[in-house]
Amino acid sequence: MDRIILKNTEDTAALGQRIADGLKPGSIIALVGPLGAGKTTLAQAIARGLGVSERMSSPTFTIVQEYESGRLPLYHFDVYRVSDEDELFEIGFEEYLHSGGVCLIEWADLIDDILPEETVWVRLEYGEHEDERICAIE
Amino acid sequence: MKDGKHITMGIESSCDETAIAVLADGREILSNVISSQIEIHKEYGGVVPEIASRHHLNNIPFVFQKALREANLGLTEVDEIGVTAGPGLAGALLMGTAFAKAVSAASGVPLVGVHHIQAHILANTIEHPDLEPPFLSLVVSGGHTHLIEVLGYNEFKILGATRDDAVGEAYDKVARVIGLGYPGGPKVDRLAKEGDPHAIEFKRVYLEKDSLDFSFSGTKTGVINYLHSAQQRGEEVKAADVAASFQQAVIDVIVDKAMWALDRTGYAGLAAAGGVACNSALRAALAAALESRGKKLWIPSPILCTDNGAMVAAAAYRKARLGLFATDRLDCFPGLNIETQLYKLDE
Repeated sequence: MDRIILKNTEDTAALGQRIADGLKPGSIIALVGPLGAGKTTLAQAIARGLGVSERMSSPTFTIVQEYESGRLPLYHFDVYRVSDEDELFEIGFEEYLHSGGVCLIEWADLIDDILPEETVWVRLEYGEHEDERICAIE
Repeated sequence: MKDGKHITMGIESSCDETAIAVLADGREILSNVISSQIEIHKEYGGVVPEIASRHHLNNIPFVFQKALREANLGLTEVDEIGVTAGPGLAGALLMGTAFAKAVSAASGVPLVGVHHIQAHILANTIEHPDLEPPFLSLVVSGGHTHLIEVLGYNEFKILGATRDDAVGEAYDKVARVIGLGYPGGPKVDRLAKEGDPHAIEFKRVYLEKDSLDFSFSGTKTGVINYLHSAQQRGEEVKAADVAASFQQAVIDVIVDKAMWALDRTGYAGLAAAGGVACNSALRAALAAALESRGKKLWIPSPILCTDNGAMVAAAAYRKARLGLFATDRLDCFPGLNIETQLYKLDE
């Protein structure tokens, strides 16, 4: 497991690029951490690393946002508002998982029992300073 | 047509709500049914085992019947059916478009594809006959924060948009951390009335000079940091002050940027739209800023601000008058862009 200290947004951008470089069709990245830890910021950095050029915003309200302009299709989820697995099924979650794109899933700990083994878990926590974050990848 | 009036149905299912409405002549609301606001259980004697807000497949036939019944008309009297085809959640949009296409195919009533944000903006035309393009619109909701030039009923230019959290979402997340539950936007608004808006100076994020884009994530994180450090120091936090100060920080930026956009474009006023346009403090701040400039403010009634079918019918009515109908191949477009992809709805 890697532990990385992110001191600023440049560090986040660099980590996003590093994660993006390793993505393949079907990759699943689970993003976990408390509110304000920077899940969406890191997701945006990964998207930029994939070459996504569209305007990006948080998927909290819409649950999933799709981006087609990068090296691979990107499906950016926030499953906080999903109440159960049936609801995930109804929004076509499994189809996204097997569509050949990349799934980035915020609040993935809420649905960990249905995510495949090969999911990469990225955990963000608050660091010592206000703008500092600690990122663990497993 | 009914009694010489042009009848439009609007179907909305892009996110949480299943909503269907019927409008006469684009302005008169004959019915406006929203799934979360009706007790389908009671009304249908337990026909539906479980009604969750996002279970559009279960909701849509009942909402449809109720919308027609309340409008007191039959499908043959409907002149066109409008449906939100994007942006939104694919599975949710699909229920609306598939249902609309089926009804259209079975009845011969023409179909109109509508953009969700277009519908929010044109909700203003229902109650404000003096509002005609071009004008400036501020769209603020749980999923969207946009400043948009409305050049025509089907022609839009985005001047600014959020780069992270939508404003309603920032409200909901702050509500979560101060213990008001989720979703809690309206609760923050209510609690803020009891607090001091200048008790805590939260960060106002303006981005690059002259940018009309928004960023609320940093303000949200500022609230979280404030709560954490107060907790560590063992200080008591006055939730009403936090709510009021957060709200003030957000509203300052929104009002400033809306006024910059208005100064830049020179329009006669601003049409606010979206669920957060219900927020009382935002309404008051916009009204004051516009009045001091001698400009007009248009806002829909609260029931037309949150997701609803009437706004879709209003947009469909305008599109139909422009001759912009969808074919039976109308698809749903989860990432539909209001500037460049509206033609997709009419192909």
